Amino acid sequence: MSFTSMKDMIQRAGEESCTLWEIIRKEDMLERQVKKEESMEQMYSLFEAMKEADKSYNGNQRSLSGLSGGDGSKIQQAIQKGIMISGDFISKVMEGAIKMGESNACMKRIVAAPTAGSCGVLSSVLLAYDAFYHPTKEEITHALYMAAGIGDVISNRASISGAKGGCQAEIGSASAMAAGAIAVLRDGTATQICHSGAFALKGLLGLVCDPIGGLVEVPCVKRNVIGAVNAITSTDLAIAGVESKVPFDEVIDAMAEIGEAMPCAYKETSQGGLAMTETGKHYETMK
Amino acid sequence: MGIFDIVGPVMVGPSSSHTAGAVKIGKVSRELLGEPLKKAEILLYGSFLATGKGHGTDKAIVAGLLGMNPDNIHIPESFKLAQKQGIKISFGEAHLKNAHPNSVEVHMESISGRELSVVAASLGGGSIKICTMDGLEANFSGDYPTLVVHNDDQPGHVAEVTSMLWQKSINIATMQLYRDYVGGNAVMILECDQEIPMESVKWLETLSGLQKVTYLSKVGGEEE
Repeated sequence: MSFTSMKDMIQRAGEESCTLWEIIRKEDMLERQVKKEESMEQMYSLFEAMKEADKSYNGNQRSLSGLSGGDGSKIQQAIQKGIMISGDFISKVMEGAIKMGESNACMKRIVAAPTAGSCGVLSSVLLAYDAFYHPTKEEITHALYMAAGIGDVISNRASISGAKGGCQAEIGSASAMAAGAIAVLRDGTATQICHSGAFALKGLLGLVCDPIGGLVEVPCVKRNVIGAVNAITSTDLAIAGVESKVPFDEVIDAMAEIGEAMPCAYKETSQGGLAMTETGKHYETMK
Repeated sequence: MGIFDIVGPVMVGPSSSHTAGAVKIGKVSRELLGEPLKKAEILLYGSFLATGKGHGTDKAIVAGLLGMNPDNIHIPESFKLAQKQGIKISFGEAHLKNAHPNSVEVHMESISGRELSVVAASLGGGSIKICTMDGLEANFSGDYPTLVVHNDDQPGHVAEVTSMLWQKSINIATMQLYRDYVGGNAVMILECDQEIPMESVKWLETLSGLQKVTYLSKVGGEEE
């Protein structure tokens, strides 16, 4: 059994007088019959894998199609030159998101969260937070549980697959997961965590999956930046006390409905959108 | 879906279905063959055929056939590694009917001459299905210790297999039976909750009427 709604998660946490991330950890211990330490170690190991993946970025590498690679280095250089106006933290997030997306396209090892195509969202947000605010190992672990729990609810109520729900289901879900994770790191309440996730997902509702040549490259790599930055601003809204008029669970349901109604051409089939532009078709024939 | 399927898996990109799932298909196929591989013919179908090259699906399947797991950083070099090991790999187009869009047909031959053909599909998120083995229906995930028995279609063989499992205190998770025609070739597929001892698998091979016994152990989940 897993979580079918955020409401259910909050209720169960209330019944056991614990936080949201704790109830998610308890659920994992129960489901896999593992001890607390084992569950936490495994969860933290994912952060180490993200760090490792970030470190192993190679700006000279290109993907098999030649569509991706090298942009992470450009951001890194722009930061060094001081020409980014997004600010230090957001710039770092952008750099991390592009690098991870490119590494994925170049067949390097990444952490899918929730999918390989959206691997740069949660990782870039956590890595930048780690670099700027130095949370403890435990705090990072708690944030990862929260991200996983939110992703679990989304996969139960809607979908985390681009083929089923469009890009909103991948980058949108990743963004909501990252928003919840950052809210935990900033000691947000359960309500604030839900508002963060709701803002993040609402902002990306309707996003279609229209990759050029059917490859996880254009626009996927750069959509990781959108998902990551959107997660941070969403959490800032919630921490500032702004409330989502539509509760998170209902936003997820709206995402499911939009995904259902979305034409097939925009669900990872590359029969529409960017994939069918002049440029998209050009790459299609080069494949 | 467990929370480590949501955050995770740790995998080599770019796609959980076209790369990670493809590695797993190769790995399970190799384990089903049960002996060191001499050559493999890989026939791609549907989206695997159309976008497989850009996703590294071809390299991923070969990596799996070499025993790699989806997080192995050497997946991109699998062609070279196969060549080094003297394994012959060839590619082509599969002509399948009513198959899942991400499907592949793999014909394998071991160094001792044992042959096995598998049709498998990558279902998304890295999970897979073995659809047929040697042309006969299969339908299993490769996530459990799995016993596949090809036998003559006659009474008693299911009882022989299941009573052996009972004696070894092995619980059956799922069980399927197929045959081509009455009295023809039959296949039973049993996904189990515990590992089956190798001597019991070998014992099954000695029974008359049992044509071929294939066992997929999960202990071998570690890389070779």
